[in-house]
Amino acid sequence: MNLEELEQIAVTEREAREKVRHEVRVCMAAGCLSCQSQGVKDALTAEVKNRGLEETHKVKGVGCMGLCSEGPLVATSEKQMYKHVASADAAALVNSLDGEPVKRLDCPTDVPFFQRQKKIVLENSGVIDPERIEDYIAEGGYRAIVNALSDMMPQEVISEITTSGLRGRGGAGYPTGLKWSTVSRADGNPKYVICNADEGDPGAFMDRSVLESDPHRVLEGMLIAAYAVGASEGFIYVRAEYPLAIKRLKTAIRQAERLGLLGTNICGTRFSFRIDLRLGAGAFVCGEETALIASVEGKRGTPRPRPPYPAMSGLFGQPTLINNVETYANVPPIIRNGGAWYAEIGTEKSKGTKVFALAGRIENTGLVEVPMGITLRDIVYDIGGGIPEGRKFKAVQTGGPSGGCLPADCLDMPVDYESLAKAGSIMGSGGMIIMDESSCMVDVAKYFMDFCMTESCGKCVPCRVGTYQMHRILSAITNLTATEPDLKMLEELCDLLKNTSLCGLGQSAPNPVVSTLKSFAEEYRAHIHDKKCAAGVCGAHENGGDEKSKPEEKNEARELSEVGA
Amino acid sequence: MKKRLATVWLDGCSGCHMSFLDLDERLIEVAEKADLVYSPLVDIKEFPGDVDVALVEGAVSSEEDLHKIQMIRRKVKTLVSLGDCSVTANVPGMRNAFGVKAVCDRAYTENVTLNPGTPAQVIPRLLPYARPIHEVVNVDVFIPGCPPSADTIYYALTELLEGRQPELSAKTRFGA
Amino acid sequence: MSPTNVVKPGTKPVQPASNVKTLQIDGKDFSARPEETILDVARQNKIFIPRLCELEGLSDVGACRLCLVEVKGSNKLLPACVTRVYEGMEVTTNSPRLAAYRRMIIELLFTERNHICSVCVSNGHCDLQWMAQKLGLTHVHFPYRYPKANVDASHERFVIDHNRCILCTRCVRVCDEIEGAHVWDVMGRGIDAKVVTDLNEAWGNSETCTSCGKCVHVCPTGALSEKGHAVAEMEKRRHFLPYLTMMRESQE
Repeated sequence: MNLEELEQIAVTEREAREKVRHEVRVCMAAGCLSCQSQGVKDALTAEVKNRGLEETHKVKGVGCMGLCSEGPLVATSEKQMYKHVASADAAALVNSLDGEPVKRLDCPTDVPFFQRQKKIVLENSGVIDPERIEDYIAEGGYRAIVNALSDMMPQEVISEITTSGLRGRGGAGYPTGLKWSTVSRADGNPKYVICNADEGDPGAFMDRSVLESDPHRVLEGMLIAAYAVGASEGFIYVRAEYPLAIKRLKTAIRQAERLGLLGTNICGTRFSFRIDLRLGAGAFVCGEETALIASVEGKRGTPRPRPPYPAMSGLFGQPTLINNVETYANVPPIIRNGGAWYAEIGTEKSKGTKVFALAGRIENTGLVEVPMGITLRDIVYDIGGGIPEGRKFKAVQTGGPSGGCLPADCLDMPVDYESLAKAGSIMGSGGMIIMDESSCMVDVAKYFMDFCMTESCGKCVPCRVGTYQMHRILSAITNLTATEPDLKMLEELCDLLKNTSLCGLGQSAPNPVVSTLKSFAEEYRAHIHDKKCAAGVCGAHENGGDEKSKPEEKNEARELSEVGA
Repeated sequence: MKKRLATVWLDGCSGCHMSFLDLDERLIEVAEKADLVYSPLVDIKEFPGDVDVALVEGAVSSEEDLHKIQMIRRKVKTLVSLGDCSVTANVPGMRNAFGVKAVCDRAYTENVTLNPGTPAQVIPRLLPYARPIHEVVNVDVFIPGCPPSADTIYYALTELLEGRQPELSAKTRFGA
Repeated sequence: MSPTNVVKPGTKPVQPASNVKTLQIDGKDFSARPEETILDVARQNKIFIPRLCELEGLSDVGACRLCLVEVKGSNKLLPACVTRVYEGMEVTTNSPRLAAYRRMIIELLFTERNHICSVCVSNGHCDLQWMAQKLGLTHVHFPYRYPKANVDASHERFVIDHNRCILCTRCVRVCDEIEGAHVWDVMGRGIDAKVVTDLNEAWGNSETCTSCGKCVHVCPTGALSEKGHAVAEMEKRRHFLPYLTMMRESQE
């Protein structure tokens, strides 16, 4: 495979496209599939076939179009999208192709949700068929790696990434160029490249969508990384809960191997690289890099102290580059367009775009890609369409269980790594859960603590027992049985876990509590002193909104209240 | 002015009180500094007011214990958790993992042939958990040990009667 | 900074002849080999750093977090057992903040399972009990959890009482690294984690256990004990471990 051959595939694909007068794109990502988009696609295909229009009309399954709450989504042209499409609508849609649009299904595209996005990572999502490599190549795919192999030294690749200012999209925001250069300089052979696709934050589905909609982009990113750092073997650690992503990745790897874009002596060079999948069994902590590496090695997925960092001693003790799905997905366009191009987008310290998954009390739930530095207000009100049912915005939780809850006075803050950290949250992997006045912030904090407690690996004491104790106190607060000393104990534990836990899970587990204590202290006080929950979530029911806690824990909480401890 | 001293026996084996009695001749010395105004060792039924130091042995296990310790806390300046049962719930706490019903069934039904059944009257009802005292009321001084040695009790008591705060971690420990 | 480390402007720093790192621990100067950890240096020089999961002769996992120390220039606390020394390192092994964290960690361990010292075979010979006293703990201010934990007495000679286990994984490591049998491992997550023999089979049915008893003797508490011991009678013997490790290394 060389550039000419790649170009030939692209040309052939584009010619085939030109023969088609109408391309009907049906979303085949998890969100729309779960509301029967497969049936819609089948119905459309049958309709086209029945009318004998197969030559000019093409029904194509594509990846995520973003507005998941309105699915199944169908696009008949760049400007015309339809929402909530059912199989029964197939005839009407095919009729509309050479006539008037179907008004009742119309999904306007000239709205901020689509207009204000800037798509780099998601440029092909909803456009190409994720199961066809030719479609990816036609959009300029694999050009970056083929170019890099023929025209760039590994060092030049790294310096482009450094110039781009790209930072890790998994959450911590470590400069990607620096990481690559550390691995490339590390002694040891072989070296490994790992893609962290163990997306586990509640409400986050960015990586899943990228893998389901544009898997080749991730493979190409890993290829470029492997070439840059001198690795010959790579692993994608993807959670088993993402069967569709796994299926599409497998297909993509097979296709890339068939074209000689993966395997030995890629493009006739001495560069060889193969990629294997490793399926995670559902432990959140395996998203932590050292735990992930242990899991790939076939060991129990528990983190170990760093240093040594994986860049020096990672998989099987060898230098290992480990990046997140979205980070790799940013790499091909950076190499294609240059680091300087990428660095123009975003803020001074946070470059490029970020994909966010909007969830919770917001009009437009779904996936958006926005330039760094955009304000939370723009995301929530403009792109997200605001809070439904005329309710009031209360908080936005970013960064999942490791992040924090940001109140309304943070709405005008720019979304970048530093600002979010300063406000007491983190960028995280990109989950954004919006809450309105019907949410109780103590209950929210308890929800995340429950998550951390369940997902703690149990290796270090502060995380294993501390999350349990914190959850116990938060349960008592939401049962309206807690007292002032409980609150003091909660604060002590926040400090302990942050400073003494072994890995990021434990160190950041207090964040939802710390951030809500900071911004919504009066809610905690109302629960403890006045035995009141303004949102009406806590204590109202027999279970106190605490269905999951064990019966004896409830007794304990009740008994504590009786004795006024 | 002599200090007013009390000792209290909640859910424990009375071993701590035995250890207290092991002060032997030093008891006289204590008696010179303090009056024993309430104790299972003396015949006073009502817990008096204005007690300076109260040594409390035993965990809070029953409704009676709970009532007692709350009342005592109100009347005592310095409340001392004496021994592992009051500090950690110790042996009385061993039932906590099993629940009151299982424990009562074992004691009053399964191994009993004459009138089996958990008594509903006379005996105070058990709380769901036997607890250390400080989980129920504020405690000022902790003397762990099962039982704390007479020397430890003597040291703690003389310090307290002199108005000083004893430093106990060097003298005793859990299970000592 | 010690006077020997002060370099006058314009002069080249004098390179030490051998590969020796000098560092300060609690204000005193020490020298160490670069592969040594803070704990190694502390141990050689009789500086006490609390720890429960660490045991000389076994690999270090940094799990109990008791040996966290302050290192100048690092905004994080570092586990002494796995942190290598470097030139000019300044370590503080004890401070009010560290003492408070260590006490809380010990307290959390006491609340986690049912540790009842007075009826324990290891009473008086227990690392957890000893450490609690050493760190000045007279009571546990976090509420106890009172879980229902099992006792497995199916082995002919040994017993495991999960009520007393602190999940230090010394048994797991000694069995894997020294005995080479890997009978022990950890199952479950978070607060539900527990050590198991084979694939959670009863210990007495284990086909891999060689009944060597190393796990029993490295266990810091009364969780693992030999049968036939009453309260306070179980004393652990651990001198064999560094010796075995040394012999193993000299053979390699």
